[in-house]
Amino acid sequence: MGIVRYTKEHEWIRVEDGVGVVGITKYAQEQLGDIVYVELPEVGAGMTKGAEAAVVESVKAASEIYAPVGGEVTEVNQNLADNPGTVNTDAMGEGWFFKMRIADTDEVDRLMDGVAYQEYVESLS
Amino acid sequence: MNDIQGRDLEQTPLYALHRERGARMVPVAGYEMPVQYQGIIAEHLHTRENAALFDVSHMGQVILRGEDVAAALETLVPGDLQELPVGKARYTVLTNDRGGIIDDLMVTHGGDHLFVILNAACKEKDLAHFEAHIGGRCKIEVLSDRALLALQGPAAVTVLARLAPPCRHMLFMTGATLTLADVPCFVIRSGYTGEDGFEISVPAEEAERLARLLLDEPEVRLAGFGARDSLRLEAGLCLYGNDIDETTTPVEAGLSWAIGKRRRAEGGFPGAAVIARQLAEGVERKRVGLRAEGKIPARAHAPITEPDGAEGGPVIGEVTSGGYGPTVGGPVAMGYVKAGRARAGTPVSLMVRGKALAARVAKLPFVEHRYFKR
Repeated sequence: MGIVRYTKEHEWIRVEDGVGVVGITKYAQEQLGDIVYVELPEVGAGMTKGAEAAVVESVKAASEIYAPVGGEVTEVNQNLADNPGTVNTDAMGEGWFFKMRIADTDEVDRLMDGVAYQEYVESLS
Repeated sequence: MNDIQGRDLEQTPLYALHRERGARMVPVAGYEMPVQYQGIIAEHLHTRENAALFDVSHMGQVILRGEDVAAALETLVPGDLQELPVGKARYTVLTNDRGGIIDDLMVTHGGDHLFVILNAACKEKDLAHFEAHIGGRCKIEVLSDRALLALQGPAAVTVLARLAPPCRHMLFMTGATLTLADVPCFVIRSGYTGEDGFEISVPAEEAERLARLLLDEPEVRLAGFGARDSLRLEAGLCLYGNDIDETTTPVEAGLSWAIGKRRRAEGGFPGAAVIARQLAEGVERKRVGLRAEGKIPARAHAPITEPDGAEGGPVIGEVTSGGYGPTVGGPVAMGYVKAGRARAGTPVSLMVRGKALAARVAKLPFVEHRYFKR
C-alpha cells in the first residue's frame, strides 16, 4: 500500500516506489461539500511543493489544491471529468487527483503521518 | 463570508435544532447560520421536488404604523404602496439619490400597519434610514422577538394545509394571520426559490416547536443557505450585495416591473429623476443570465468579455452571481453586460482563472417559477 502522508491544507500523498498519488482528505471533501468540477494539472507539468496543482469547484466556491511535494505530474484521474462526485464518495481512494514523480523524498518525510493529521483535524474544530 | 469571523455571531431560535440535525454552520450577516445539512445538491433537488424548511430568522422584520404610513414609505421606494390592498405583499427597493439600491424588501399590507421584511446585512442601515426620513410620520417597531421560517417547494401547501387548511386559498404574494399549532403566525405565500411556498413569521419562543412539527411531515427536510443560494440563482432572483447594491439601479437590474405606474409619473422617491431618465432613454448596462458551455462555473466578479480569443476580448461586463445549478445540471450565472450585448443568445466569454469560457446570454429565470397565482 505504501505510506500515506498529509498536509495542513488537507491533501494526502500515498508513496509507492518513488511515485506519489495525490488527493484531498475526507475532511477536506466534507468541508467543500458537493464537488461539481475538478480542474487537473497537465501531465508532464513540473511543480514545487506548495504550488497550485488543481482547482476543486464545489456548488459554493472554487478551492485551490496544492502540490504536497515537488515533482512532475505523470498521470491525472480522467474519471473525475465525468464523475467529480467520486471525490466526495471516496476521497482517499477512487477520488485521487494525480500521480507525480517525487523530486525529493525528504519532502515526504516532513509531512504529517495519519496520527498527526488526525490530531491536527481535531484541533480545528 | 469569512470577513466577519472573529466577531461575535448571533444565533437564531433554531440554533440547537440546526446543530442537532448535523448542520455545518457559517457566518451569514453576523449570524451563525446553516450552510448545509446533508448536502447542497440533495437539499436543492428536494426543494424543487418536495418541500424544504429554511431558517431565515436573521432577516429583519419590522412593522410600520401611522396615519399615512403607505405614503410615508413611498417617499423611500419606487413601488406603489398606497394602492396595495390589505393582505397583499409587494417586492420593492429602497433607493438612494443616484437611483441605486440601498436594500430590497418585501412589504405586506397588514390592515392597520405595513409589515416589512429586510435583508439581514442591511437591517441596521435600513432602520437608520427609516428613522431619519420617515421616523416623524410613522412608528417603527422592530420585531426582534420573532423567527422567520420559509417552507418552500411544490409540497409546501399540502404540508401547511394540514396545520391550517385556509392556506390553500392564499395566492402568491398574499399574507394572512394563520394559527399554526395554536400559535398565531403571519404567513406570506412567497419565497426565494422560484417554487411555491410560504414565509412564516412566528414568535421566537414557538419557532423550534413549529419547525419540529413541520419536519415531522414526511415531505419536509431542512435545507441550508447553500441550497437557498443555488435555488434563487436558478430562479433568476437578485441577491443583495451581489446582483444589486447602491451602485445599481432597478432599471439596470431588470427590476423595472417593481416601479409602479403612478410612481413613474409622479416620482417622489430618491433618485426618481435618474430612474425616469433610464426608463425613457434606456440604460448602459443590464443584468442578464449567462450560460457557459462545459462544466466550469464562473463565480461573482469573473469578467465578461467579447467572445474572441482564448484570453477573451474587450471587457463588456462582470458576473455578479454564479455557481452550479443542480436542477439545470450545469453552471449558471448572472451579471451585468453592456446594453447592446444583453439580448438572449449573444455569445460572450467568461474569464475564469485567466481562461475564456464560451458562454451565451440567457433568458432568466433558468428554471421556470412555479408560483401559485390562481
